[in-house]
Amino acid sequence: MTGTFNLALDTQPAAGAASAAWLLLVLPALGAAVLLIGGRRTNKWGHLLGSGMVIAAFAYAVVLFFDTTSLAAEDRLRDLHLFDWISVNQLSVDFGLRLDPLSITFVLLITGVGSLIHIYSIGYLNHELEDRRRFFAYLNLFIAAMLLLVLGNSFVTLYFGWEGVGLASYLLIGWYQGKDFAATAAKKAFLMNRVGDVGLALAIFLMFKTMGSTQYDVVFSQIGDQSTGTIVAIGLLLLLGACGKSGQFPLQAWLPDAMAGPTPVSALIHAATMVTAGVYLIARSSPLYSLPQAEDARLVVMIIGAITLLLGCVIGCAYDDFKKVLAYSTVSQIGYMILAVGLGPAGYAFGILHLLTHGFFKAGLFLGAGSVMHAMNDEGDIRRMGGLWKKMPVTFVTWTLGYLALIGFPFLSGYFSKDEIINAALGQGGTRGWVFGGIALLGAALTAFYMTRLLILVWLGKPRWENLTSPATPDPESPEAPVGKPYHPHESPSTMTIPMIILAFGSVAGGAILSAVLPEWLTPAIGEVEETHGALSHTMVGILTVVLAAIGAGLAFLLFGRRETAVERPKRVSFPVRAARADLFGNHLNEALFARPGTWLTRALVYVDNRGVDGLVNGIAAGLGGSSGRLRRTQTGFVRSYALSMLGGSILVIAALLMVRFA
Amino acid sequence: MSVMSSVLFLAQVQPVPSPAPAKIDPPALDAVWPILIVLAAACVGVLFEAFLPRHQRWPAQVALSLLALAGAGVALATYLSDAPEAGEMAMFNTLAVDRPALFLWGTLLALSVGAVLLIADRSVEPGGAFVATAAIRPGTVQDRAQVTATGMQTEVFPLTLFALGGMMIFCAANDLLTMFIALEVLSLPLYLMCGLARRRRLLSQEAAVKYFLLGAFASAFFLYGVALLYGYAGSVRLADISAAAAGTDRSDTLLFAGMGLLVVGLLFKASVGPFHTWTPDVYQGAPTPVTAFMAACTKVAAFGGILRVLQVAFESTQWEWRGVLWGVAIASMVIGAILGLTQTDVKRMIAYSSVAHAGFLLIGAIALTDRGLSGTLFYLLTYGFTTLAAFGVISLVRDSSGEATHLSQWAGLAKRSPLVAGVFTFLLLALAGIPLTSGFVGKFVVFEAAIDDGMAPLVVIALVASAVAAFFYLRVIVLMYFSEPAADGPTVTVPGAFTTAAITLGVLVTLLLGILPSFALDWAAGGAFAIR
Repeated sequence: MTGTFNLALDTQPAAGAASAAWLLLVLPALGAAVLLIGGRRTNKWGHLLGSGMVIAAFAYAVVLFFDTTSLAAEDRLRDLHLFDWISVNQLSVDFGLRLDPLSITFVLLITGVGSLIHIYSIGYLNHELEDRRRFFAYLNLFIAAMLLLVLGNSFVTLYFGWEGVGLASYLLIGWYQGKDFAATAAKKAFLMNRVGDVGLALAIFLMFKTMGSTQYDVVFSQIGDQSTGTIVAIGLLLLLGACGKSGQFPLQAWLPDAMAGPTPVSALIHAATMVTAGVYLIARSSPLYSLPQAEDARLVVMIIGAITLLLGCVIGCAYDDFKKVLAYSTVSQIGYMILAVGLGPAGYAFGILHLLTHGFFKAGLFLGAGSVMHAMNDEGDIRRMGGLWKKMPVTFVTWTLGYLALIGFPFLSGYFSKDEIINAALGQGGTRGWVFGGIALLGAALTAFYMTRLLILVWLGKPRWENLTSPATPDPESPEAPVGKPYHPHESPSTMTIPMIILAFGSVAGGAILSAVLPEWLTPAIGEVEETHGALSHTMVGILTVVLAAIGAGLAFLLFGRRETAVERPKRVSFPVRAARADLFGNHLNEALFARPGTWLTRALVYVDNRGVDGLVNGIAAGLGGSSGRLRRTQTGFVRSYALSMLGGSILVIAALLMVRFA
Repeated sequence: MSVMSSVLFLAQVQPVPSPAPAKIDPPALDAVWPILIVLAAACVGVLFEAFLPRHQRWPAQVALSLLALAGAGVALATYLSDAPEAGEMAMFNTLAVDRPALFLWGTLLALSVGAVLLIADRSVEPGGAFVATAAIRPGTVQDRAQVTATGMQTEVFPLTLFALGGMMIFCAANDLLTMFIALEVLSLPLYLMCGLARRRRLLSQEAAVKYFLLGAFASAFFLYGVALLYGYAGSVRLADISAAAAGTDRSDTLLFAGMGLLVVGLLFKASVGPFHTWTPDVYQGAPTPVTAFMAACTKVAAFGGILRVLQVAFESTQWEWRGVLWGVAIASMVIGAILGLTQTDVKRMIAYSSVAHAGFLLIGAIALTDRGLSGTLFYLLTYGFTTLAAFGVISLVRDSSGEATHLSQWAGLAKRSPLVAGVFTFLLLALAGIPLTSGFVGKFVVFEAAIDDGMAPLVVIALVASAVAAFFYLRVIVLMYFSEPAADGPTVTVPGAFTTAAITLGVLVTLLLGILPSFALDWAAGGAFAIR
């Protein structure tokens, strides 16, 4: 591990254009506040204000970017102090922004893709004018929180934004109010995120305990002096936080369910930005993970990434819901990113690179899916589609470009980023290199397989929707679907197609441009890229990746392209398909790990509470509905048993005190 | 009452401090003006009840209470401007007026303003939340008539002020006898106030009797603890107990048995599990403004007492008792978080939430450091305002039979009343400790102090408990936003000026302390307890 990280320690106070960086937070937050407080009065222009605020933030971000590039490389780490947030005794938490290449990269991604998706949403929600304003308010709130997450200069500020994006995501997943499955999905997302948040919070407290601060510069300058145990513990706790937010194994199950939200939300929050916060967290903590003492923590990061990337691919092969396949694809691609940042200095830059290219093409794929569902009575079942390319040419072309980028078609954006990750993984050398490199290669083949399946079932082949109508019973997967209507697919309005076209340009050219400049641009923040030399040369890896992807795609063509696809989902399938359809038992695992012990504990306590000392629920029911005589009888019983529990508690306390003293 | 006779007994055997009873100076009053003003106003309030005609009582009592609180606030601020840094003793060494005591007084006075506003409101429930004549038997003809009568029992105002006076003395008491008397002064009015609800009077009276019986039981524990500690140290003064424990070979059995009993009495008042059993029933049965007053102010006063007793009297023996209070804190957090999950009544749910919060507070209280002290004080401030506003909102959601507290009745509230649902969501997020609310900063400083004092495992449990507790807050939010409203659901009353002011106060403080907590943290860290 090289000493380049010391570069990351000296920050300059921000001046000039950068001293107005607080605008980035204030603009979208102001938009959200105006829309939420203004109420119905803002219905007419609310969507314009919401989009305008994010576009303004993007414009400022561009200015900030050029302002930063005009500086010498070593001056590009800047700190903007805003105010003392918590300061008491020795405890002090600053509220400040860190403006460095890493955060500015994220700001550009968030505000750029965010602007496009705001514009797209204007068209997407044109049937729901009443609620559109509130939707834009939540989107603005999300943008503000996400910018706070990446711009904060301490782990506490990051935690702030972390909870904020969780809240906004929760509100948006549950957007289709009154629909049970949306509320359940929202709750599941919030709670599984809380599991991760506990990890992040503990990591923060541990930093305070050992280093007395959570400011990035203080933590990273002192982390090297800590014991190995502390470093590994912080590394693993941060990883737990990352797993929750980024849908990584074993906390991945909430992300596909989160597709219950509107499609623009899936594109922005659950594909391009929020779910990559875990990758940001680990890349931001690169000075910690790069330490030789953190070797074990990094290995765990790589393992988690590798497991998730395979898991996402395998499950993605079995789903029939357009958005859920894309969601599992997201899970899998984030697995790639986590694997990359787990590789250490050899991989940080490529993890971020893949994050950016993925932000383009996955947002485009989701917007395309939204466009299709918009045209197909909000139908999400790909078995009911087919042959749509004639009806929706613009969406088809942009979507296909995104598809090619994702499977790593040569010289499109996914090719550059994924190829680099696979190369770096193989570059680990030895068994480790072969294992992780091999998994990454296998993942590339599987990705090509399930994405080609999606391409064939949705766009090519016979139009299976022609003789069908929307399902007669409201489909729990797509709540707003009108019942029993025939399908009339049509191209979407230009507010929707233009963002898709722009994103398609990004999918095509983004990789080539970014891979040339990004590693050097990021060097001040995360260190130089460490050259690796594995068993295979870089060219060999590139060729191998493309060949494997071609095999995957070809297999999909053989299986799905040459024969009819049944509209009904086959019931009798082999075990691997069944397992994949059951999310590889991810939900069962979560239930066994978190839900069931909790349920048992709750039941046990409630039992004790009801029978042993309390009887409260029955008592209150009797008290409300019953006669006063019955109430009085139960009442004396209550006080006696309450007093008994107090006495028991007191005896315990005193006995324990005496035992501690005399034992 | 055996309780009172043992007080007298202890008072008689109290040793005379100095052999030559020289000239006794009149006590310097400038430090205790806030208490005197509150108690004097309470006495004047009793006179109002006796001499004013019925229709003039409500305006007179409201004006008097608010003036008294304002006056006490001014007196506190004036004293604070040149108060000695290290604190001073007042009223013949019975009261320690030090920085923590002053902070708690300020907190109590500010919270009481909100509580008095809620109590005074007559718009939400026509005539106010209090019954006109509490002595009429529930269910009789006269009782049915007075449900719709517009009068209310205005004694509730002096009772509130008496309770407040007791709380203020309680958290400044420098010896255990003063503390005990303050405990009774604060408790007795509360027992009465719990039984004054206009609606669901049986439930309310049941709550009052339960609270009274269990409170008396807890007082007995406290007093027995005082007796044992007196036997051990030969004095009831906190500093003397500390000195005795630090360097003697006297029987530790007396010390620890006494301490255990004393602490149980205190934990009861703070509704720390497993001494919380009264809390859900009483919170549910009491009139909601009184519940708000109890949940906010009693918690502050009780933890003020716990902090002082632990830090002043038992600091030197902390290694013996700390493990036991670890267990109590864990029990309280687990009980509160888990039992809160299954509640179907929103007031009971907040009651269990208060049990969980009591566990978090106890973590701060057993971190016997400056940061533990200031963190706990700050947490009390934030929790008080949040919970006060939460009960204010609860009082607004009503159907024809009074408050609609069953959770199923809250379904789809956001559709009918987005503002109320939004405010309540914000308060629930504050209780859950989400950033940008005061609840986050409070938890943060307390947990940080605990880790700093070597209690990392406890903090892990606390974080898990708060993650679990977040679930039941979330359940209410889901219910309000994502469920269809019931056809004959409750309506949200448009609150009058008083309730609006109280809720606004609570929400603004919750928001302000979430964004700019520094100034309040500075006040809370103003100084340590005076030990004399």
